[in-house]
Amino acid sequence: MSIDMSQFHQVFFEECFEGLEAMEAGLLNLNIDDIDPEVINTIFRGAHSIKGGSGTFGFNNVADFTHIMETLLDEMRDGRRQVTQIAINILLGSVDCLREMISSIQNKEEVDESRVAQHTADLDNELNGVAESTPPPSHKVSAETIITEPSEVISDSSETSDTNEESGWKIAFCPYLDLLKTGNDPVRMFRELSELGELTSLANIQDVPSLFEMDPEECNISWDLKVMGDIPLDEIEEIFNWVEGDCELDIQPIAPKPVKKIAPPVSQAEPELDTEETIATQAKEPQQPTQPEIIVEQAEVSKDIEAIPKPPTTAPKEPNKKVQLDSDQSKLIVQVASSIRVDTSKIDALINMVGEVVITQSMLGLVGENFTMDKVDQLKKGLAQLERHTRDLQQSVMNVRMLPISFVFSRFPRLVHDISSKLGKKIELKLVGENTEIDKSVVELINDPLVHLIRNSLDHGIEMPANRIAAGKPETGTIELKAYHRGGHIVIEIIDDGHGMDKNKLIAKAVEKGLIDDSSVLTDKQAYELIFLPGFSTAEKLTDISGRGVGMDVVRRNIEALGGNIEISSELGHGTTIAIHLPLTLAILDGQSVAVGDETYIVPLVSIIESINITEKMLNKVAGKGETFRLRNQYIPIIRMHKIFNVQPSSKSKMGEGVIVVAEGQGVLCGLFVDDLLGQQQVVIKSLEANYRRVDGVSGATILGDGSVALILDVPGLVRFSNR
Amino acid sequence: MASILAVDDSASMRKMVTFTLKSAGYDVEEAVDGVDALEKAQSKQFDCIITDVNMPNKDGITLIKDLRAIANYKFTPMLTLTTESGMEKKMEGKAAGATGWIVKPFDPDQLLKTLKKVLG
Amino acid sequence: MNKNVTQEVEKKDNDHDRFSNKIDNAGQYLSFTLGKEEYGVDILRVQEIRSWEPVSRIPNVPPYEKGVVNLRGSIVPIIDLRERFKLKSADYTLLTVVVVLQIGDIKKTRTMGVVVDSVSDVITVDKAQIQSAPDFGTKISNEFINGLVSVNERMVMLLDVDKLLKLEELDQTENSVF
Repeated sequence: MSIDMSQFHQVFFEECFEGLEAMEAGLLNLNIDDIDPEVINTIFRGAHSIKGGSGTFGFNNVADFTHIMETLLDEMRDGRRQVTQIAINILLGSVDCLREMISSIQNKEEVDESRVAQHTADLDNELNGVAESTPPPSHKVSAETIITEPSEVISDSSETSDTNEESGWKIAFCPYLDLLKTGNDPVRMFRELSELGELTSLANIQDVPSLFEMDPEECNISWDLKVMGDIPLDEIEEIFNWVEGDCELDIQPIAPKPVKKIAPPVSQAEPELDTEETIATQAKEPQQPTQPEIIVEQAEVSKDIEAIPKPPTTAPKEPNKKVQLDSDQSKLIVQVASSIRVDTSKIDALINMVGEVVITQSMLGLVGENFTMDKVDQLKKGLAQLERHTRDLQQSVMNVRMLPISFVFSRFPRLVHDISSKLGKKIELKLVGENTEIDKSVVELINDPLVHLIRNSLDHGIEMPANRIAAGKPETGTIELKAYHRGGHIVIEIIDDGHGMDKNKLIAKAVEKGLIDDSSVLTDKQAYELIFLPGFSTAEKLTDISGRGVGMDVVRRNIEALGGNIEISSELGHGTTIAIHLPLTLAILDGQSVAVGDETYIVPLVSIIESINITEKMLNKVAGKGETFRLRNQYIPIIRMHKIFNVQPSSKSKMGEGVIVVAEGQGVLCGLFVDDLLGQQQVVIKSLEANYRRVDGVSGATILGDGSVALILDVPGLVRFSNR
Repeated sequence: MASILAVDDSASMRKMVTFTLKSAGYDVEEAVDGVDALEKAQSKQFDCIITDVNMPNKDGITLIKDLRAIANYKFTPMLTLTTESGMEKKMEGKAAGATGWIVKPFDPDQLLKTLKKVLG
Repeated sequence: MNKNVTQEVEKKDNDHDRFSNKIDNAGQYLSFTLGKEEYGVDILRVQEIRSWEPVSRIPNVPPYEKGVVNLRGSIVPIIDLRERFKLKSADYTLLTVVVVLQIGDIKKTRTMGVVVDSVSDVITVDKAQIQSAPDFGTKISNEFINGLVSVNERMVMLLDVDKLLKLEELDQTENSVF
């Protein structure tokens, strides 16, 4: 029967990626001075599992590559090989290569053979270099042994078939007492024997104790068997191979022939692939079926030989495959996007919610049939229930899309490890709150900004070890990547204990770039905000790590596009903290409806600090700068919504009355002057750009209960817009 | 039809084994590691156990050892799935009480053939 | 490439044909009136025809972009072609109609509605019948007209929908840094 294995492939690929992640995490956590056997074991198991599965599903190139890694790891876990940093780095590189290989296979693309060959060479060199036990060349030797042996056996069996007399085998089988306790049963073996040829058996019961003394769990019987037929020896042996060591077995041919005992176990049934040529030339030989080994293994050997990769001269692939960190990282995130694993408990909750909604809905249906006014209360109650259930359902659905932020964070240990080595700095990354959940869509989009910010910390924030010591700090710098929920948002913080930001330096740079004029007096906070200006960079030299510093304005833009904001605080000499606030989901927004003339707009609650009723008198007109409003101890600029949105003012605002919605955008406060506050509600965000265009000051739209469309305000955008 | 417990921490392997065995008419249940398997084996009697060797929480060899200590499983056929063709692992399995082994990678036909050998 | 007009204009199935159906292939057109003149658009680009309903205004866009409506959950802009081409504006009556069109290509399609005076009928046009548009001062600039066709003694100007509804850049850059 043939079974289509491809149905299992997708699950297998996902397992591989998970396994590779676990391996990578393990490798990064390995402390060469104090090896944790559990960690080595986990890494080993990862390779072992991938090797096994890929072999089973026919991905032999993966199996072969992983085999070398597994061999290396096996020696390490047995203590036969010392764990060195070099070895770890080679293994890390191999993990990347393997990841790419599997990804290519999954996407039905060509595997980058030259990369694979390079890493294979690295692994082999490492393996051959310092191996303390059976050096790999011996593997090759045994591989040759396997392959040449068949020819011996072949000649044997061909002899057997030549003599055309009644041939067969005489088997003396004497199981030890405990044979049955391995779950083996002589009767089954005899049944198999009888399938090979004509079987006669004679049981010897002289050793069986009397009934009272007998232990039924022990095997006291032995047998003399005779099986007639033209049967190759190895088939007979195969029947008994599991009980080898649990019995005495003597197999004699009935027609005189050289006896062949069970062949010495050929353990290295998987030929090493370091010299493809050697094996390739031998590959031509073993087309014959018989081999002196367990049938299952034989298949494995021949499979391996067939699976020899194409002739040693593989044409180098086009240089499209990027080998840098970047593409690997971004490719990894792409895999996150393709599917999510959801806890079945979340699905169960969802199903329950839907059930509730259905029940409430049919109840309302009943009330609606033959409706009379006295049923109004029932109707109201039903509607209130429906609202509750719908809200719960919404919550459950959003919950399904929530993923722990560890999906994003998991990339960073590797990133920090690689970059800090590259820079010659010692940096430790601490992850806090990896279980904090965040919407899947946010996960995908937050990755790039975080990478940029961490790279900045690595490159510009943390000092070189010598400088740190000179400053009285520990040699190893720390970057803490922290996530937590607060008030309906998720907060992500990047805290480093580097040398912090120098306000004066920042101001000087900004003046130099012509971004601000030199008479500006800025608070610390305002100075830090300067780095978000396009065209700003304080990097003394441009590195390829964090680029030209044009990134920060892009980072802020990306975060604001997600409906969030980003803030910096710093202490010179001690470190910098970057805090990102994000909404929990991109699809739904908590908003404050406001009236501006006849129009209704939605202001995202995340941006609102407070709202104040005002009259015109409370505003101050400042020459050349518009209007401001005094809020406690600072003056905030006023944005008149009617003006910038060209809306006819209502009669109320004509009288000089209105509401200031104090909001934050672009790191600054502003006051949105509107007519009235309407209500707060959760709205579903709809795109304006999908069919139409981007509108300044507007981040999207929503559909209100009456079917009309209301625009959602983009506070940072409004601030920029009004500054023009 | 005979009931089999398939133990492997790899979901794709488990599914493949289950699918293969079920198509041949066996009853199959899955376990994700030795601990899970031991629990399941004690709540229901299986006619045969097939287990991977390398698993977290409790590996296949320890599982077999533990199962053999249970009266109901003293003589039950138990097979290990192993990629390690070294005699060492096989002997370890036998020492723990395994009936026999199947070497990975195997194809579905090999699996069924081996099971037939053991279950008849 | 001829499609039966009664066929549902299902986006998925007809995408390729729809977007490759340039004027070279004869086909069917929906004709409508604007003022005294008659125009036609490729029937494959017509998603639906609706009567006029109030729109929600969008600030700081050209006045002929009247606003947006909610079309079964999507936000769709409504363009007034009369205003766009500076024809004498007309009042919206009960007969005023919005033709909802699919603009763009396979990679990116938009749905947009245009306000027209009234919709006439579907005309089947043979490639051979299409004449190139001379520049004799039609109201709508020639760049949007793919050709002319004569139907029952009426002259119908066939419009290039993609060009017609390419939105004008706003004063500030359209793809602005925000």
